[in-house]
Amino acid sequence: MQQRSLFARQPSVLIFISLLAVFTIVITVLSEGFGLGLVSTSFIKILGKTLCLCLIAIAMDLVWGYCGILSLGHFAFFGLGGYMIGMWLMYERTKDIVITSLAGAELPATAEEIREGIGTQIFGVVGGAEIPLVWYFADSLFAQLALVVLVPGLLALVFGWLAFRSRVTGVYLSILTQAMTLALSLYLFQNDSGLRGNNGLSGLQNIPGLTHLPQSVVSVWFFLASAFALGAGYLLAAWVVSGKFGNVIRAIRDDETRIRFMGYPVEAYKLVVFTLTAVIAAIAGALYYPQAGIINPAEIAPIASIYLAVWVAIGGRGRLYGAVIGAATVSLLSSWFTGGQAPSIPLGFYTINWVDWWQVLLGLGFVLVTLFMPKGIGGLFDRLVRKDAA
Amino acid sequence: MSSLLEVTSISVSFDGFKAINNLSFDIGEKELRAIIGPNGAGKTTFMDIVTGKTRPDEGRVRFGEPQMDLLRLSESQIARAGVGRKFQRPTVFEAQSVRDNLMMALSNDRLPFAVLGYRVTAKDSERVAALAAEIGLSAELDRIAGELSHGQKQWLEIGMLLAQEPKLLLVDEPAAGMTLGEREHTTDLLRRAAETRAVVVVEHDMEFVRRLDCKVTVLHEGSVLAEGSLDHVTANSEVIDVYLGR
Ligand SMILES: Nc1ncnc2c1ncn2[C@@H]1O[C@H](COP(=O)(O)OP(=O)(O)OP(=O)(O)O)[C@@H](O)[C@H]1O
Ligand SMILES: [Mg+2]
Repeated sequence: MQQRSLFARQPSVLIFISLLAVFTIVITVLSEGFGLGLVSTSFIKILGKTLCLCLIAIAMDLVWGYCGILSLGHFAFFGLGGYMIGMWLMYERTKDIVITSLAGAELPATAEEIREGIGTQIFGVVGGAEIPLVWYFADSLFAQLALVVLVPGLLALVFGWLAFRSRVTGVYLSILTQAMTLALSLYLFQNDSGLRGNNGLSGLQNIPGLTHLPQSVVSVWFFLASAFALGAGYLLAAWVVSGKFGNVIRAIRDDETRIRFMGYPVEAYKLVVFTLTAVIAAIAGALYYPQAGIINPAEIAPIASIYLAVWVAIGGRGRLYGAVIGAATVSLLSSWFTGGQAPSIPLGFYTINWVDWWQVLLGLGFVLVTLFMPKGIGGLFDRLVRKDAA
Repeated sequence: MSSLLEVTSISVSFDGFKAINNLSFDIGEKELRAIIGPNGAGKTTFMDIVTGKTRPDEGRVRFGEPQMDLLRLSESQIARAGVGRKFQRPTVFEAQSVRDNLMMALSNDRLPFAVLGYRVTAKDSERVAALAAEIGLSAELDRIAGELSHGQKQWLEIGMLLAQEPKLLLVDEPAAGMTLGEREHTTDLLRRAAETRAVVVVEHDMEFVRRLDCKVTVLHEGSVLAEGSLDHVTANSEVIDVYLGR
C-alpha cells in the first residue's frame, strides 16, 4: 500500500483550510482597519475570539473525541496561556505609562523609581506595591511567550502523570480535572496570588510598542493571527489523528485494556495527548485574551470547561470540523443572545429576556442534540456524503 | 529441558476465595499445550497473572532467555517482552478496518513518539497481506472490523496476536461460538502458530482439544490435577469425577 498524503486520507482538511482562508480574506477586506469598513472593529474582535475558541475545541476533540479522556479542565490551560501573555502586556504597557509620567521630573527617573511606579500602578488594587516574584520575566516578551507554552504544559504533564499513572479513568478523571481548574481559579482569586486576585489583568488590548496603531488595525492583526493558529492547529490535529498514532488513541478510547495487552503503554499515550492539547489550549488562550482585553479568575471557573465539552458534543465528537462547528455556532449565538441584541419575546404576562433565558435554550439544545443527533451537527455531513455516494 | 515460561507456586485469592492455589506450570519453547478444567477452575485467572493483569499473592513467574521476572513488569511491558494474549470474548477494534487492526499489532516500536513518526513500509504491507491470507481475511482487509462475523473476528484477533510475533501465545476459549468448519480452521491456525512459538490454549470442547493433539494440563480449584496426553488425563479417575463426569 502506498503512503497517501494527509489530504487524501482526510479530505475534510483541505475543505476546512480553504473555507477558513476564504473567510479570513473576506472578513479582512470588509474590516474597518484594512478595507471597506463594513465589519465593525468590535465584531472583528468577536470573530477573532471565536476562532480561538474553535482552536481550543479542536484540542478538546483530540483529547476527548479521539482519545476518550473527558477532560473538564482544559479551560484552565486556556486561562493560564492568557495570564502568561497578559503579564507581559500589562507590565510593558504600565512601564511605558510610568516612564512618560516621570519624564516631566527634573532628574531622570532611576530604574528603582520606575519599578516602584510599575508596582504601585499594577498592584495598588490589591494593596501592594512590590512586584511579585512570578512577574520576574514579565519585561521579556520572549520569556512570557515561552511561559505560555511551558506553564500550562508542565501543569498538564504533572497532573496527567499523577492521574494516568494511578489509572484514574472515566468520570473520576473528569471530576479530578474539574477539581484542578476549580483549585486554580480559587487560588487566582486570592489577592496574594501575585496576579491581582479577582481584578485579573486588564488593558490587554493595548499592545506595548503598537499603541500608535488604532484598535481597528490591531484587531485585524489578531484576527489574522487567530485564523492562522486555528489553521495550523487543525493541520496538526489532523496529522496526529490520521496515522497510526490516531489509530492507537482511538483504540485506547474504545478498549484500553486490549491495546495495553498489545504492548502499547496506554498511560504514555494519554500523557502525550493530554499535554499536547493543553499546550494548544494555552496558545488559543494567549491569542484570545488580548482581544478580550481582560482576564480574571472567573474565566477558568469549572463551568467554562464544561461548556467546552458541550460545544464539542453539539458539533460532533471525533471529527475535527465538528468541534469547530460546535464552538463557532454556540459561542456566536451566545454572544448574540447575551449581548442584548436578540429581541425579547413579550408574552403578556411575562417577557422572555434572552440574556436570562439563553442558558436554558442552550441546555435544551444540548439535550435535544444528545437525544436526536448523537453524532452532533457534524453527523449531518455523513448523511450528505452517503447521499452523494449513492 | 529449558522452559520458556516457569510459573512456580503461585497463589491468589479474591476476598478470601483461593482462585489459584499453589500452582506451578512450565512450558517449553515451541510447545503446544491445552488447559482444561471446570468453570471457575482458575484458567483465566492463570492467564491474568502471566500477562500482569492480576498480581499473585505469592509465587514466581519467570519468562524467556535470559530470564525475566514478569511480576516486576507492567502489562504493556510483558506484552512487549513477547507474551500475547487472546481474551475469552473476541476483542478487536470494531471501529477500525481489518488492515488498521493488523497494522497496530505488527511488532514495531510501540512508544508514542516512534508511532507518531511511523510511515507504512512495503515490508509491513507485505506482512499484513500475508497475515490476512493466513487468517482467511484477504478480501476483508478494508472492511470495518465491526462488520465481520463472530468467527472472522476471532481469527482477526488471532492474526493480530501472530502479528505481534510473541514467543508465548495465551489463547482463552478460541472456539467458543464457532461453527464446526470454523473450529477446524482455528485448530490449524493454532497448530501452525505453535511451530514457531509456544502456545497455550484454554478450551472446554474436548473434540477441539483432541484435534490439537498435544499435552494437556487439567486445572481444578486453582491447582494442577493431572497432566499428560489427552487419553492419559481423561482416564484419570479424579479428572472424571470433577470434570468429565458432570
Ligand atoms: N477479579 C476477581 N474478583 C473476584 N473473583 C474473581 C476474580 N477473577 C476471578 N474470580 C473468581 O476466581 C475463580 C476462577 O475464575 P476464572 O475466571 O479463572 O475461571 P475459569 O477457569 O477461567 O472459568 P471458565 O471456564 O468459566 O472461564 C472464579 O470463581 C471467579 O469467580
Ligand atoms: Mg475463563
